[in-house]
Amino acid sequence: MEQKILDIHDLKREFVMGDQTVRALKGITFDIKAGEFVTIMGSSGSGKTTLLNILGCLDKPTEGSYLLDGIDVKGLNRDELAGLRNTKIGFVFQAYNLLPRTSALENVELPLFYNKTITAEERKERAVKSLESVKLAERFDHTPSQLSGGQQQRVAIARALVNHPVMILADEATGNLDTRTSYEIMALMQELNAEGKTIVFVTHEPDIAAFSTRTIMLRDGKIQKDSINQNQRSAKEALASLPESDDY
Amino acid sequence: MSIINLLKIAFRALKRNKLRAFLTMLGIIIGVAAVIAMMAIGEGSKQSIKSSLSGMGSNMITIMPQSNEPGGVRLQGSSIQTLKLEDITAIKKLQSKNINGLSPVVSTNGQAIKGGYNWPTTITGVSPDYLNIRQLKLQDGILFSENDVKSFAKVCLLGKTVIDNLFPDGSNPIGQIIRFKNIPFQVIGVLVPKGQSNFGQDQDDIIVAPYTTVQKRITATNYLQSIYASATTEASSAAATTEISEAIRESHRLTAAETDDFQVRTQAELISTISSTSSMLTVLLTAIAGISLFIGGIGIMNIMYVSVTERTREIGLRMSIGARGQDVLMQFLIEAILISITGGIIGVVLGISSAYLISYFLNWPILIAESSIIISFVVCAITGVFFGYYPAKKASNLDPIDALRYE
Repeated sequence: MEQKILDIHDLKREFVMGDQTVRALKGITFDIKAGEFVTIMGSSGSGKTTLLNILGCLDKPTEGSYLLDGIDVKGLNRDELAGLRNTKIGFVFQAYNLLPRTSALENVELPLFYNKTITAEERKERAVKSLESVKLAERFDHTPSQLSGGQQQRVAIARALVNHPVMILADEATGNLDTRTSYEIMALMQELNAEGKTIVFVTHEPDIAAFSTRTIMLRDGKIQKDSINQNQRSAKEALASLPESDDY
Repeated sequence: MSIINLLKIAFRALKRNKLRAFLTMLGIIIGVAAVIAMMAIGEGSKQSIKSSLSGMGSNMITIMPQSNEPGGVRLQGSSIQTLKLEDITAIKKLQSKNINGLSPVVSTNGQAIKGGYNWPTTITGVSPDYLNIRQLKLQDGILFSENDVKSFAKVCLLGKTVIDNLFPDGSNPIGQIIRFKNIPFQVIGVLVPKGQSNFGQDQDDIIVAPYTTVQKRITATNYLQSIYASATTEASSAAATTEISEAIRESHRLTAAETDDFQVRTQAELISTISSTSSMLTVLLTAIAGISLFIGGIGIMNIMYVSVTERTREIGLRMSIGARGQDVLMQFLIEAILISITGGIIGVVLGISSAYLISYFLNWPILIAESSIIISFVVCAITGVFFGYYPAKKASNLDPIDALRYE
């Protein structure tokens, strides 16, 4: 049996706003096994962001259970959650969230600063390796302003990989990029997935979802559809099929 | 997270914003530099007042005769004949560590004559110790010895005013014979000019000779006008005063019921009055400088607040990749402390150099006390912690979800 990275059972999340209770998630159950590439889709207001926050250990469920790599998140305090994020999750954001005026290498090193068990040499070594794996080996000392959007996102992915997480959690990671660059990023994601990384990709673009192995559709705080993607599209091929020059 | 990592993170964060970090520091730099320069000037002037007072002989103790007869006609001190050489012997016998100089004083006025010139002046008969007690120095020639004292030698030392009036042609007085009240004295030394005393007295209008010679050959008396002594240090002058009083009382055979027939005075009171005035000046200057340091601290707080708001997303990111609240708190606190301590170091350097510049160009006396450096440095560190804590606390309490989406 494959190892379950995520195990979610009857997850509910409610927000109290004044005297009203907003039920953002109304009982969600699913699990994700190691090596899966899952996209979570849904329109605005479907509870996508709330689910993402909970998956990313930034928020805790009101009811139900969430096990990340076998650890029950519910009983953890703020600091323990931070520790979990540091060792188990690699975040990739829509807006990259790189530190300005800081070299790519230093940006990638950042998560390891918050891990006591890692020495300075190890930190550097892993950051270098991580940057090489996203094909940015020649841009170690470039600051974000000297990099294109796609390159910045790849630095962000390198940062997500540097702590050897059990899961990469991407939040609309292609949302700020043009089609070609989006496909490049997705090709990178597929490569990482092929190497065995578990990826959870939150998006609202069906186009992007086609590159994953499984899609979970959310609607009104419930799972509308959870389907295995029978004919996964290859991002490399999609990239090749784009018109050669699209200058206009 | 280890402290080295924290320092690195804080240092990198400051490096990203060098100009702002420097401007924030500026308040601290000016504050610390002002404190150090002001204290250097204040302490310097205090020290210079003190040393000009001790030029008069700050450890000097004077013993004057005084009538202890209640009622009756009170006489002027100099006409009372209670102080005798036996008193000197009695004080010497104490062999006190608090007293390092003792001299009888017998003086009288008269006309000094050399060739065709004459000058009304005072001859002061003393022992060789007198020069040290009064902080008089020889410019030329030699001091008379204990042997000269024993043998009633007719030798003398002259002050500048006397020389100017008796040797107007500028010839060397040493070896020459002058006459005082018709007694010939050989000049063996010349005193370094001292100028006017604080009370407007010409301190150079003086002839110094062995007291035995003056007593035997000029005044023909056996009492002393006064006794001068010097305490080893300023601090020991009170103890020395007590010892001298007791020794003289014993030598005068005064019973417990009788009051002193002499009085012992020190310069301590004068010194303490003057140094308290200048202490007040130092406190005032330091207070003004301290206020500027405080304002520098507020500057740090202000910038740290702006910085926390501006870097909300950065804080959100750091938290999402595993920074705990206390990591963020420490980062911002260390940034504030780094700013204030770096500012402190620059301020110390600037303060010391501006103090030296002031002393160089304005010729003001300065004294840089280590304490002023240590105090301003400690105040800096405290300022950093105090004014950095609140913004740092605010940063650490941010919710990562909100912080990540902050626009």
